[in-house]
Amino acid sequence: MQGSENIVRKAVRKYGKGRENLLPILQMVRKEHNYLSEDQLREIATEMDLSSADVYGVATFYSFMDMQPKGKNIIRICKTITCFMKGKDSIVSALEDALGIKMGETTPDRKFSLLEANCIGWCHKGPAMLINDKVYTELTPEKAVQALDEYM
Amino acid sequence: MVMTREEKLARINAHQERVNLIFEKIDSLGLLGKVMKLENSKILEYIKESGLKGRGGAGFPTYLKWKLAADQKSDMKYVICNADEGEPGTFKDRKILEEQADKVFAGMAICAKVIGAPEGYVYLRGEYNYLVPLLTTKMNAFNDEMNKLGLNFTLKLRSGSGAYICGEETALIESMEGYRGEARNKPPYPVEKGYLGKPTVINNVETLVYCTMIVLNEGGKFKTFGTEISAGSKVFSVSGDADVEGIYELELGMTIQEFVDLFGDGDTKAVQVGGASGFCVPRKKFKETIIGFEGVPTGGSMMLFNSTRSMYHILMNYMEFMQEESCGQCTPCRVGCQQLVKGIQAIKHKKRPATYLDDLVKLAKSMRVASKCGLGQSVANPFISIVENFREEIIY
Ligand code: SF4
Ligand code: FES
Repeated sequence: MQGSENIVRKAVRKYGKGRENLLPILQMVRKEHNYLSEDQLREIATEMDLSSADVYGVATFYSFMDMQPKGKNIIRICKTITCFMKGKDSIVSALEDALGIKMGETTPDRKFSLLEANCIGWCHKGPAMLINDKVYTELTPEKAVQALDEYM
Repeated sequence: MVMTREEKLARINAHQERVNLIFEKIDSLGLLGKVMKLENSKILEYIKESGLKGRGGAGFPTYLKWKLAADQKSDMKYVICNADEGEPGTFKDRKILEEQADKVFAGMAICAKVIGAPEGYVYLRGEYNYLVPLLTTKMNAFNDEMNKLGLNFTLKLRSGSGAYICGEETALIESMEGYRGEARNKPPYPVEKGYLGKPTVINNVETLVYCTMIVLNEGGKFKTFGTEISAGSKVFSVSGDADVEGIYELELGMTIQEFVDLFGDGDTKAVQVGGASGFCVPRKKFKETIIGFEGVPTGGSMMLFNSTRSMYHILMNYMEFMQEESCGQCTPCRVGCQQLVKGIQAIKHKKRPATYLDDLVKLAKSMRVASKCGLGQSVANPFISIVENFREEIIY
């Protein structure tokens, strides 16, 4: 766990030990490591002088703080109403077929995880999805599958 | 009155040109120096006279919020820009931040001057993380500008992590303090005890831009728009079965009928005003319903549904959203949301009689009074307005 120790220490050094820095620290560790392991949460707790249950409770509250190993690239498809109306189901099927996994799963090579999200703020150009922090709008099944190329 | 798409666009454009405050290009940072020389009482007077109410949805008078925070005695105060818009169907703040971040920051600086806050934060929703580089650059330039003006105010950026409830101001504070984003009891209000226990003003992105424009124009144009109760203009996000989708600044006080004539596809049967926590207005009430605090208040989300849509699916989608996004802290909301989802499914699948719907309405009503924060309290809005107006579609 040498590697993860470094990430945690680095994050705590960057933001400081104050409680109000817990989210930025979790975000940084999550980003560099792709998910938050229990070991890392314990380490963050020790470093910041908090109880591990407390840190765990905070991390699990937020949907972007993944607690299970995820793919390198995270696809989040909006499932809220206007994207739903504009055919997000066909986008999901196309991506499931292209990646060979079901919604919620990660490809065996750990390149992609396929997740649903609530409204991502592009309702007028739905269906919409995020891959990591990048937005894809007005999707068709073909466009959605093509978008994967950038991350292959 | 049926207009072609071109006619609608021409009308909307004419309106946009007249009511153009949010997206008007101005040198707000340049003008800040001038504003900073104004007396605080003068600034408060402009905001008061404008009649501006918070544009996040709750509609608290902005003047009062600032005044209450200004009156607090404290060694530290904060200004927070709530950029955690998450109401389904809302995307106006994203565009405002993309195009007018300077005006947002200027609004924060004006507020900071009035209340005496040396620090400010923009709390940006995680879904908008791609805006971080742009906002960071602009924020650095802004902080330099404040330095040059010799003003003691620094802005910082915080990111959310995918929790709708953090748009609720006390949940937002909890999140900024490193806790689960669970709503707090009010009072105390953030203007008394906010971030790190200090007096804090939390304003929506759009509200802050209006503050900038109102102070720069010395009241000006803003007051001339809207109605007695709903002063000014407001930015709307239009989506769904619409001929013309997108982000538009409109005067408050128009009827839903006028709105539908401009944006609808000719077959609109319902408009959901204010997203999953707002109200559903059926066609028969279009003419009598005013968009504004005297009718249907809204944070800006306007979703149109035409007659091909099943209101059952729409209601289910909203209720599943609420169920997922409830912070889970209080029972009426946590359990109530789950029971509403299960309940309408059971009725649809004939596992419960149609009269069960009345029990669900009662449950929604009790959530309105028994829930701790706005999320649980507002579940009844879509639930009751959809169930009452589209009862058959829910049952059969
Ligand atoms: S009403 Fe819902 S969101 Fe608000 S505090 Fe209660 S459980 Fe949390
Ligand atoms: S409903 Fe999908 S982005 Fe808003």
